[in-house]
Amino acid sequence: MAQITVKINGQEVKIDRGKSLLQACEQIGVDVPTLCYHPRVAIAGACRLCMVEDKKSGQLVASCTLEADEGMEIETESPRVVEARKLVLDLLLASHDVDCFACERNGNCRLQDYAYRYEIERTSFPGERREFPLDNQNPFFERDYNRCIQCGLCVRACHEIPQAGAIDFANRGFSSEIATPFNVPLEESTCVFCGMCVELCPVGALVPKLDRFTGRPWELEKVKTTCAYCGVGCQIELNINDGRVVGINGYEDCKPNYGDLCVKGKFGWDYIHHPDRLTSPLIRKEGKLVPATWEEALDYTAQRLKEIKEGFGGEALGGLTSAKCTNEENYLFQKFVRTALATHNIDHCARL
Amino acid sequence: MEPTRVLVGMGTCGIAAGARKVMEAFEKGLEGIEGVELLPTGCVGLCEKEVVAEVQKNGDKTIYGDLTTEKVERLIEEAILGGDVIEEWIAARPEEPILAKQERIVLENCGHINPENMEEYLERGGYKGLEKALKEMSPDQVVEEVKISGLRGRGGGGFPAGLKWQFAREAPGEKKYVVCNADEGDPGAFMDRSIKEGDPHALLEGMLICGYAIGSDEGYIYVRAEYPLAIKRLKIAMQQAEKSGYLGENILGTGFNFKLKIKEGAGAFVCGEETALLASIEGRMGRPRPRPPYPATRGLWNKPTNINNVETYANIPRIISRGGEKFAGIGTEKSTGTKVFALTGKINNTGLIEVPMGISIREIIYDIGGGIPDGREFKAVQIGGPSGGCIPAHLLDLPIDYDSLVESGAIMGSGGLVTMDEETCMVDVAWFFLNFTQKESCGKCTPCREGTKRMLEILERIKAGRGEPEDIEKLKFLGRNIVDTSLCGLGQTAPNPVLSTLRFFEDEYMAHIEEQSCPAGACTDLLRYEIVQEDCKRCSICVKVCPANAISGKPKEKHLINQDLCTKCNACLEKCPFDAIVKK
Amino acid sequence: MTNSIAEIEQAPVIFIIGSNTTEAHPVISYRVKKAAREGSKIIVADPRMIELAEYADIWMQHRPGTDVALLNGMVHIILKEGLWDRKFVEERTEGFDELQEAVAKFTPELASKITGVPEEKIIEAARLYAEADASAILYAMGITQHISGTDNVLTLANLAMLTGNLGKPNAGVNPLRGQNNVQGACDMGGLPNVYPGYQKVGDPEVAEKFAKAWGEIPGETPGLTMMEMMEAAENGKIKALYIMGENPVLSEPDSNHSKKALSSLDFLVVQDIFLSETAELADVVLPGASFAEKEGTFTNTERRVQRVRRGINPLAGSRADWEIILELAHRLGYKWDYQSPEEIFKEMTELTPSYRGIEYGRIEKEGLQWPCPGRDHPGTKFLHEGEFPRGKGKFHGIDFIPPAELPDEEYPFLLTTGRKLAHYHTGTLSRRSSGLSGIDPEEMVEINPNDAERLGLEKGDLMVIASRRGEVTARANPTERVPEKVIFMTFHFSESAANVLTNPVLDPVAKIPEFKVCGVKIKKAE
Repeated sequence: MAQITVKINGQEVKIDRGKSLLQACEQIGVDVPTLCYHPRVAIAGACRLCMVEDKKSGQLVASCTLEADEGMEIETESPRVVEARKLVLDLLLASHDVDCFACERNGNCRLQDYAYRYEIERTSFPGERREFPLDNQNPFFERDYNRCIQCGLCVRACHEIPQAGAIDFANRGFSSEIATPFNVPLEESTCVFCGMCVELCPVGALVPKLDRFTGRPWELEKVKTTCAYCGVGCQIELNINDGRVVGINGYEDCKPNYGDLCVKGKFGWDYIHHPDRLTSPLIRKEGKLVPATWEEALDYTAQRLKEIKEGFGGEALGGLTSAKCTNEENYLFQKFVRTALATHNIDHCARL
Repeated sequence: MEPTRVLVGMGTCGIAAGARKVMEAFEKGLEGIEGVELLPTGCVGLCEKEVVAEVQKNGDKTIYGDLTTEKVERLIEEAILGGDVIEEWIAARPEEPILAKQERIVLENCGHINPENMEEYLERGGYKGLEKALKEMSPDQVVEEVKISGLRGRGGGGFPAGLKWQFAREAPGEKKYVVCNADEGDPGAFMDRSIKEGDPHALLEGMLICGYAIGSDEGYIYVRAEYPLAIKRLKIAMQQAEKSGYLGENILGTGFNFKLKIKEGAGAFVCGEETALLASIEGRMGRPRPRPPYPATRGLWNKPTNINNVETYANIPRIISRGGEKFAGIGTEKSTGTKVFALTGKINNTGLIEVPMGISIREIIYDIGGGIPDGREFKAVQIGGPSGGCIPAHLLDLPIDYDSLVESGAIMGSGGLVTMDEETCMVDVAWFFLNFTQKESCGKCTPCREGTKRMLEILERIKAGRGEPEDIEKLKFLGRNIVDTSLCGLGQTAPNPVLSTLRFFEDEYMAHIEEQSCPAGACTDLLRYEIVQEDCKRCSICVKVCPANAISGKPKEKHLINQDLCTKCNACLEKCPFDAIVKK
Repeated sequence: MTNSIAEIEQAPVIFIIGSNTTEAHPVISYRVKKAAREGSKIIVADPRMIELAEYADIWMQHRPGTDVALLNGMVHIILKEGLWDRKFVEERTEGFDELQEAVAKFTPELASKITGVPEEKIIEAARLYAEADASAILYAMGITQHISGTDNVLTLANLAMLTGNLGKPNAGVNPLRGQNNVQGACDMGGLPNVYPGYQKVGDPEVAEKFAKAWGEIPGETPGLTMMEMMEAAENGKIKALYIMGENPVLSEPDSNHSKKALSSLDFLVVQDIFLSETAELADVVLPGASFAEKEGTFTNTERRVQRVRRGINPLAGSRADWEIILELAHRLGYKWDYQSPEEIFKEMTELTPSYRGIEYGRIEKEGLQWPCPGRDHPGTKFLHEGEFPRGKGKFHGIDFIPPAELPDEEYPFLLTTGRKLAHYHTGTLSRRSSGLSGIDPEEMVEINPNDAERLGLEKGDLMVIASRRGEVTARANPTERVPEKVIFMTFHFSESAANVLTNPVLDPVAKIPEFKVCGVKIKKAE
């Protein structure tokens, strides 16, 4: 692919033609702040935070939308740029419920990060605010539009990833808001609760209910793993705090899902800590399953299997392995059946 | 002998003034009389004088104005059937400055032909431009001719039309579109409406020529649904053109095909922004998207698209048939041709005018517009609608061309000219226009959605006498950054009325802030009505007319205005026979 | 899948048959929708008006169980109109004559008569599928869970081979696997007839290899399938079963029969994380660990081997499943010495050619797709490039056979089963998720509004559904998604278990039960 050269903060960068200025900045590690940009959805150019200064024309340009062109020279933190960014943040804060203390995203919020980076303590434009009641009707996530900055990532996520089209902008100008058609509850809309809006929200407007009050972002450990529902094998990250899974998010940087999830993968993980989980072996005594120690249960099981194998041969035994267990466990299980139980009677629900 | 023709102004403006009734009276009066044709026509531009009718008799044309049904009888008798001219009813004479200073190209047919009869358009050279383009010129030559003419987009930005066409022509792609922005959302603007109502074929012909030039076979006219008469006349014109072989398949036997559709908009101002307009045609929410890519390369349904407004297209047939050079000879070097303006506000002759580029504001206000009513002082003129700016009295000799206007903080825009006199408060003017753009902002980008709101809040504060000295800097800071960072033209120009009034009338802002007073006496929050006791004759008329019961006192007793109750309705001041009530 | 998930977006034509992708494989459905938006043509064949039907250029609503007739009809048109890939057929396949012969009678007229799909749609679909540069077939259990399941799959293979849609990118025949590691469980030899990597039981070389690695192994006769084991349990031939992480009571057809079979065992040990309906019947229950509590790998539907990592320790009192198996092995005298799942994986790759090149270190960032025969091999995006495993691809002449139990006078409705978005399989996990059970708390049987009206059923009314094998009660959901005389249930809800009703008759080759078609009768509950 043809390459072009642009100059960013005095540094020359070679980049593939067709890339945006923002991508050119990313390529050399220049951090340009963005709120409405996300590589997984279409570019909107709405927040105007990524403005940079075009040295030649002296104009501010949105780096997310402008294609880099041969010979361009830009400054990403010039006084003019900083002034414009400060205003954008200042204006967003004026319409934002700055209640970070109670916000789940406190510490993992791009608005908060940028306000700090550009040294904005509070808005200089106290005035009218859009006010919305908290929507916590649906079982999966809360919608607090008092925190919404109208970046539109949720709308684009909804329209482009599951193509559910459950939410969109409503009204105009200062009155614009994110809503379902006719403002019906999300459960009655075309929402499929894939949670992609929640995943892409850069602030605390959309928060999973299960995640509420389970740990500050900096307390969470993230462990990358594979979703255990269907066969797509989505790559996810477990959010862990104090030995408990407290949330799941999609892992964006690899196949097969590049961060995409569905309702089960995003919100269906709380069975892990369900009180019904078995925490002790059980042995049937006098017709009833009663708790037993591991030694007791393992010994008893081994003994019974041995007896039957010795009495009737391996053909009298069988094993059902699991499409939910790991490859290693499946390998070990079938090896166990084929050697220790001496039979090929091994199957699982592959056919279901 | 040529029949006598009577053309009644039946544009939306004329109809609003009662033209239907006048028309009926003419029909009745002329019933059974031969040799007289009674026809509707579009707006002739003399809005102040509506209802207007033109009598064409023996080669002479006389425009009568302020017509009523009562006047019809005499008009028929003396002016139509008889040989007289009724001097006192003449709306305007060609030699008067109101007409003499105008130069009509785009509006040459408006008010003089029946827009629902294509024959009249043809008789006046209609579709000659198209015929010439199709039969004698290559598409490249057409583009070149438009470039030679120097025509710049009449919708706002003033981008050279020929260059725009060239981009669309050169953009790769089989399918291309021609789109006409006929949305005309500026408050008080009706230039494009008058063309659509008065000379719809000119628009069609311009779009057809554009289609041929850029290699497109399909066009859309985006008109707001609030323009029913314009839509009706466009539809009639399209049917006629199709029937006569000027529209559709194999036009004039040349193998050129072009189909045209009308898309009715729902009246969102932002849909005048080209990318929002395209989104709306596509059936999506009318929100702008970033440019580039420009519509010339990725427009309607991602195909190369040329967008111009009505006035731009309506110039095209004349440019092609008469030559680009001729057009370029009118106006100034960089702003060629003419411009249509809607002249409104505190001015004697409100109406639609077409003037050569380069004419001074003074000529428009005083010669064509007839000056300010009641002998008041001219204060400023807002040019370019809500995205434009105010030009103050000391710049009255500024020539009207694209570049001079931008230099002085205004824009050509689509052609609104709102005149203001000494009783107009410039803070109020800024508030009025910003209130409009703020409400019409689509809400997509932060500076426009949030920033215009905060500017408006500051203006409201200043108007109410609660402004603070630093508000001036805040307004400038907000304005500058909203201009520089907004996504589309709406946001990029929304602060203009504030910035330009601040530029020329900062004192007036400061008076509101520091003295809590409105020098123009327009900001009601800052007004006080007081009774000058020396002049008051204690007649109690004011006590009776006050709807808020804010004035105390019985006849022969002292009258006082309770400021807490006063609603500043002005009723007392108007009624006081002794001019003893003043507002401060 | 012969091809990869990422290729779906690039496919000019996507043919979806027997897969309600949006509900069973949502993330793959996003790819299909994106492709549709960007201009790919979509063909959907499904008896129900599934969501993807709305995105389809052609939607064929065929009668349940008539897939062979539909596909043969398409093949017939492709042959008749000369739309097939002569070069591919000549160079890479055999049995073309057999195919020609078999589909000769499947004129559009006949295909239409059997399937209920208008002739023009079949013709149009055939042309669209055959004429594209590449066409990808996506299918799922709607194809396999029939007595003709194997026939259905072979017919799809016929279609793809005939048009050269195998062994190249953005095409293929792509089964979407329902469970997270069903692919891996098969790959690992969790089947009675093969060792890991589909190495055949009965092949002396294979036997020798495994004997060498493992010690003594059973003979050369394949073992019993699950359904066969159930039979054997019932008639006393099998006396003990060890079930790990499966819930056959709810997942197998004819639940009453499954329960009876398991109850007749001498010894049943069930290893699970919850006390499932199957575990309730056990003699010993061993608490295993969830995926979040252990290390290992899963293999997804596109053959991609991906890491599973331990985020938390097994819940107090439970153990990772591999450790439990290891403990049992030790007690049965097998002193296997694995310190970690990675060591097990290493041993497995040494014995499994298609996995040989994969090691944990290589799949830290992104998984690898088998076959990956060597350490330097990049994995395989799509299968069958240049050659099929058996050499030439074989066409099979397949005739149409109707489902085993069609509606009749006594059981006038056709019951078909499947999944819903918010739930998973027998609901052991998803019904214990507060959100999922909150949004979708109970079975809502899909029934055509006309049928509902005739039976006096409104949304939410309880109805009794009975087949020759049992009856269940569930709520009605009148919807146009199903045609008249067809009802749809899931198998997620134990209290209204669809598999009490389903027919345990098997596909003779794959031994898959016919979950998708059986006759039922319905009445409004008293």
